[in-house]
Parts: sequence; structure tokens; C-alpha cells
Amino acid sequence: MSRSILRTVAIPLVAVVLGLLIGAVLILSQNASPSTAYTALVVGGLGDADAVLRTLQKATPLIFGGLAVAFAFKAGMFNIGGQGQLLIGAVFAAGVGFGIDGLPMVVHLPLALLAGAVAGAIWGGLAGTLKATTGAHEVIVTIMLNFVAGNLTDWLSANPWKDNSGNNIVARTPLVEDSATIPTLGAVPVGFLLAVAAAATCWLVLERTTYGFEVRSVGHNRNAAQYSGIRVGWIMASTMAVAGMLAALGGAVESLGVDGRFEAGVNVGLGFEGITIALLARANPLGVIPAALLVGLMEAGASRMQFKAGVAPELIDVIQALILFFVAAPIIIRWLLRMRHDTSEQLQLGAGWGKS
Amino acid sequence: MSETLLAAQNVTKQFPGVLANDDVSIRLRPGRILALLGENGAGKSTLVNILFGMYRPDSGQVVIKDETVDLHGPDDAISRGIGMVHQHFQLVPPMRVVENIVLGDEPTKRGLVDLDEARNRVVELSRRYGLEIDPDALVEDLPVGMQQRVEILKALYRNADVLILDEPTGVLTPQEADHLLGVLRELTETGLGIVFITHKLREVLAIADDIVVLRNGRVVGETTPSQTSESGLAEMMVGRSVMLQVEKSISDPGDVVLKIDELEVNDDRGQIALDGLSFEVRAGEILGVAGVEGNGQRELVEAITGLRNPSVGVMQIDGEELTSGSPRQITKKGVAHIPEDREKHGVVAVYTVAENSVLNRYHRRPFSIRGILRRDVILGHAQDVVDEFDVRTPSVSVPASSLSGGNKQKLIVGREFSDEIKLLVAAQPTRGIDIGAIEFIHRRILEQRDKGTAVLLVSAELDEILGLSDRIAVLYDGKIMDVIDARDADREKIGLLMAGITD
Repeated sequence: MSRSILRTVAIPLVAVVLGLLIGAVLILSQNASPSTAYTALVVGGLGDADAVLRTLQKATPLIFGGLAVAFAFKAGMFNIGGQGQLLIGAVFAAGVGFGIDGLPMVVHLPLALLAGAVAGAIWGGLAGTLKATTGAHEVIVTIMLNFVAGNLTDWLSANPWKDNSGNNIVARTPLVEDSATIPTLGAVPVGFLLAVAAAATCWLVLERTTYGFEVRSVGHNRNAAQYSGIRVGWIMASTMAVAGMLAALGGAVESLGVDGRFEAGVNVGLGFEGITIALLARANPLGVIPAALLVGLMEAGASRMQFKAGVAPELIDVIQALILFFVAAPIIIRWLLRMRHDTSEQLQLGAGWGKS
Repeated sequence: MSETLLAAQNVTKQFPGVLANDDVSIRLRPGRILALLGENGAGKSTLVNILFGMYRPDSGQVVIKDETVDLHGPDDAISRGIGMVHQHFQLVPPMRVVENIVLGDEPTKRGLVDLDEARNRVVELSRRYGLEIDPDALVEDLPVGMQQRVEILKALYRNADVLILDEPTGVLTPQEADHLLGVLRELTETGLGIVFITHKLREVLAIADDIVVLRNGRVVGETTPSQTSESGLAEMMVGRSVMLQVEKSISDPGDVVLKIDELEVNDDRGQIALDGLSFEVRAGEILGVAGVEGNGQRELVEAITGLRNPSVGVMQIDGEELTSGSPRQITKKGVAHIPEDREKHGVVAVYTVAENSVLNRYHRRPFSIRGILRRDVILGHAQDVVDEFDVRTPSVSVPASSLSGGNKQKLIVGREFSDEIKLLVAAQPTRGIDIGAIEFIHRRILEQRDKGTAVLLVSAELDEILGLSDRIAVLYDGKIMDVIDARDADREKIGLLMAGITD
């Protein structure tokens, strides 16, 4: 058992090391010191309570986004709609957060989170339902829904829900009420705890429940799932709804815990990072937590690295891309480690084109 | 003329974890038919793939026409006069026969394909060998037997001196198979040599000059038809004596369990696959459905098990109308289904043996309660299935993909038989599995019948149908040609019906 865990972890771990090594070469080529740069990166992400808070805050939406991709993977679907689902969750959570006042926190905060989650579930479920009923490929549909979500949230925050205080001209909502703001326990934001709980719940549902058994059956062998009496269409639709809900919770936590409002353009790109996280975690819901922490740490420490070592913060994007490259092309690492090829470890990206 | 047309000398080939060929030597002489006999996984395919240049041996040599050769790929083998007809045809369905035959070796005139020249050669070849065919027919319009003819002509067009045929009779009616054997015999008269891979003992005895039996990657016997018999060959293949025919008592049919009335079902392309089918299966009897594959068998099984909705007609199971019932409703009614394609429908390859053992009952007590899986119960159940159905596996926690075909099949049968069942739908229940497992599964199916289960057995193996059935329905072109009592059935009679011929 421990051997197989080791084998599972080996590839992402070596990918990270290789990414950092090549990153070091790039730092050298800028006439900077890799050791100074990497030290600054770690101090910037873990050095003090503020740094840890930053890392955990950065990691929170990444966990939710990673889960949104990983959960859909389990049913054999590729959810590229994390970005749109996150925006929808962020704007509706903010809407309930600023739009209602006078409620106690124990009611208001869960209500705001729930509003974001339900909106995201509808958004994701839309793609799953279209797939189940018409065969429309979820990759295409979720990409298109990303654009729809982007424009819808822009419009909401610029028109009916616009912040009209002072002479604000930015497309953003008013600040959410205190009763809808996610608190922080010391250096630990409560949103991060929610994300960890969501990851654990995903794992339990997938591994221990009949619903999870159905999801995995559909993902591994759709024909056998149908043979065994599983309603494949329902599983595809509901799995995408769960995925949409997870991504949307990431957006809700951003609005209620980090930004304090929804502002158009602030969360751009955040939803796509879920794909990186899910790949790095090899679609394991528990693996999403360390993967998100790693990426969160790099993002939290990037500005200190720039300040201390004079390295452009874009280097972090390059290192992330390299890690992703090595994870997606594990044959290089297998060769380095002289590992035997084992197809059971291979991650299947969706059901492929043309098959429905 | 050369003395050895094609030979493997001390060939060894190792795959990860399997010694596929272990010091194997065979020799084919001109004008002779060499039958290669062995169970699945015995190493037949590896050996012919080495002879055809698809694999390179780890040690040992390939000899073609008395010359040791180092084959770098199938092209190499083809240019040296080796032709191969694969079990799954390598044809382009929307193209014409002549185009398929010349594909890859097209005659040209001023840089353009010269189809007239090609057509002349094809017509001449087909006349010479008694392989008549319309060179301008589209391959997709041809019946399977004709498509096979195209494959053989493809090899002859390239001047093959050796033909390797991988399970060539699996898709044919008995009469078509007999005709093919006749053609092969004629071909050898021109000095051509043939390697014939099969698991049908009867055919081996009918056609082969030399017989080589493989087991676990080694040659375990070399013989000739005059020196052996069906049971002798079976014993060589398995390594112990086997019962080729299970004994069965006379059936005692009870009430009607499955009743099908004027059922019409479409195939994937929306064409009518079953055209107004009506029949009944009673408790305690086995109704065998014989027929060449592709005459509606798949659609029939899928319609009964709820995987496909009939467009017209009525289906009743145990008195309840379930014409468009879902697979789950039908399973709940006491219907067990051994699917035709175990990899596609029967197991989830990456799931463990335990997970597969509850594939269609995970949602019921005791395997889960209120949506939570009970792992201990599932593991215990899997162990029971493994023990009772002799599934050879190191544990119930290994993935099903690590099991051999026969053991996967026993796992499926065990899963399906672990409940009280009223109706068993068994589609190709012993396809591609070893003789020992076949014997075992046949016995279990008969046991179910004797317990009062109604059994619908669909099989392309006529011997299986004849050996197990109490009544036999012959399916041709989506219609039942006739239903005959098994006691009055013989190969000849059923073979004619399978070809759509009634008197």
C-alpha cells in the first residue's frame, strides 16, 4: 500500500523538483542568484503570519477550482468551465452579501455561500445536462459558458448591482455586510478550512458512497455503467453540477473573505488554475490540497522574490508551466526514475473527442 | 522448390511478466497446411506476429524459403511472400473490392492508378482459385464471408506463397466454413503453404496436414490428424483430460418466463435489426439462439436486458410487461445477463475484483445502506464468489484487468448467479476462454436450468448451442427461421437455416 502511494506521489514530486531546477537555470540566465530567489520565495510565502495567511488565501480558490476539475474527471468529463462557475459563484455570493442586512452572521454568511453554490451548480449542471441529453461536448459548452458568465457578471456589477457610493466608476458591487464576511482565525482564513473540508467530503463521497461508485463507474467504463443499471445521463448532469458548485464556492470565498465584494476583472484566470491543480494532484481530491498549497505558496512569495532577487514574477508562471508539462508527460520522469510503465496510473483526460 | 517455406527456429519472446514464446520451433513445407492449436494466451498470436514481422524475437530465427531473415516489419514479410488474414479484417468498408485489394500496391500508368489493369488481375486471380467476387462491389455491402475472400485475394495479389489465417472460420456458417476449407485445400495444390490458427478441433482434423499444439508458450505436441482425435487434441491443449460435452438430463419446462411478441428493434444506424420476432422461454429450459453473428443477436440481447428500446412489440418477463424497462428494473425482476463483450459491458477493468463483484448490486442491501458502501460486506461477498466460482486471482483487491479472460468470465458468471434468478440471458458466454473454464461455465448454466431458471443462450459457436440447448431458434437477418427441438437438430440442418435457406 505505502509502495503504491509512493509511486503515485513520485511523479508530481519529481515534476516539482525538475520545474524548480529549470527555473534556477532561468534565474541564473538573468544574472541573479537562484538560492536568494528561492529563499525569498519561501520566506514570502511562509516567513511570518502575514505570509502564511497570504499563502492560505491564495490556495483556497485553487483547492475549490482543483476539486471542480478533479470531480468531473472522475465521471470521465473535462470541466474547463471553472472560470465561469467561479465568477457566477462570486457575484451571487456578493449579491446576497451586500443585498440583505439585519441578519445574524450564522444565517447571513451560510446564506451568501449557499447562493453562490447553488448558482454555480446550475451553471455547471447546464453543461452536464446538455451533454446527457444532446451529446454536446462538455469542453465546448463549458468554454462558451465561461464567456457568458464573464459578460453576465460584468453587466451585473456595472448595472443593477453597481456600487454607487462616492463617485465610483468601477464595475463592482458594494462591500458585503460584516455579517456575511468570512472571518479569519489567527493566520488561518475560515475559507481555507472550508476548502479542506470540501476536499475531504469529495474524497468520502467518491470512495465510500454508492453515488461515488456510480460516478467512478461512468468515468471508467460508460458501457459497463449502463449495463449495471446506472443512469449515465443523470450521473453526467449531476457530476457537472457538483463540479460547478465547487468552483463557485471558490469564487464565493473570494468575494466574502478576500475582496469583500465582487469586482469585474479581479478574478480573471483564477478559475483556469484549477486544471493545473487537478493535474498535479492526479485528480485525487486529497492530493488537491498539497498541490494548491504549493502553487499558492509560489504566488504568495512571488513579489518578495522580485523585490529581493530582482527576478521577474512571471518566472513563477514559467515554473508552474514546467511542472504541469512534466506531470502531463510523465514518460520523461518514468525514464528518469526507471519506473515501469503502468497504465493504471495514467490519468484519462475526459472521454475524448467524437465519442459520446 | 524450397524445402522450408516458413519456419520459426527456437523462437523465444518475453513480454513483461509473461514468457509468450519459449523456444518454439515450427516448420511449414510447400503445399501443406499447418494447424496451430492452443488456448487463448498459449502464444499462437505472438508466434504468427513474429513470423509476420510485427514483433522481433528475443532469440531464435525466422526462416523464409530456406533463408534466415531478419524481419523489420510486416512490409518485409509481405515482400518475401507472406500474406496474413487477420481475425479482424483490415479493409476500408466504403471502398470497392478492387481498390481494397490493390491498396498499398497500386498499379500505375503515368502516375495515375490504373484500376483497369488491377481489375483484370483480380478477376483472373479469383477465377483461378475459385474465389469469385464482384470487383466493383463496395466492401461494406458484402457479407462477412465475402469480405474474408477479399482479404485472401489481397494476399494472393501480392504473390504470397504463404498464407497465415487467424481464426478464419469464427465468422462463417458451417457451410461457408466448409467451402473455405475446400478453397484452402485447392490453394495448396499450387504449392502454397498455409498456417491455420484455430481453436476448433473439428476443423483441425478436417483440414490440417500437420498439427502443432502450443500451451503456455511452448510446443507441447506435434501430430497429424490420422494419429489423434478431438479428445486427444483437447487433452494436449489443456494438459489434462477434459469433457468436451457436458452431460445433461432431459429438461422439465415450467411456466413461460420470457415472452416476446412481434418485437421490432433497430440497430445503431437506425436500420431494422429484429423484424417482428416472437418466441417464449420457459422455466427450466434452455433456448439456444443460433446464427451467424450480425443477424440481430446483439440487438435481441440488448432489448431483453433493457440496454436498447424496441420500436414495436411487447416483451413480458414473468408476466410483467417490461418492453421499455430500464436495465435496473429488469435486473430487479430476476434477470441475470452475461454480456457478449465482457471488456465492454461485463467488467470495469480498473475496478478491483471486489468492486466488480457488486457492479450491478452495489446499491442494494447488504452491500450498501442509505447510500454508504459497506466495504467489509463487499469484500466478503467477493471472496465467496471467487471461492465458489473458482476465479483464479491473488486477492479480491487486485484490478480485474489483471485477470485472464476465463477468470474474468467466471467472475461475471459468479456475480450474476449470486442471486435467485428467474431468467438468464447468456450471450457468447464462453467466447475466447480456455477449455477448462468453458466446461465449468457450461456446467453452471445447466445447473441454473435444473434449478428452474429460464435460459436464453445466444452463441456463435454451434457446438455450444447443440451441446446445451433444449430448443434451438435460428436467427437470420433479424428473423427466426425456425425453432427446432434439440433432439432433432443436426449441424447440416441448422447450417442451412443459418444461411437463410428453408425447404
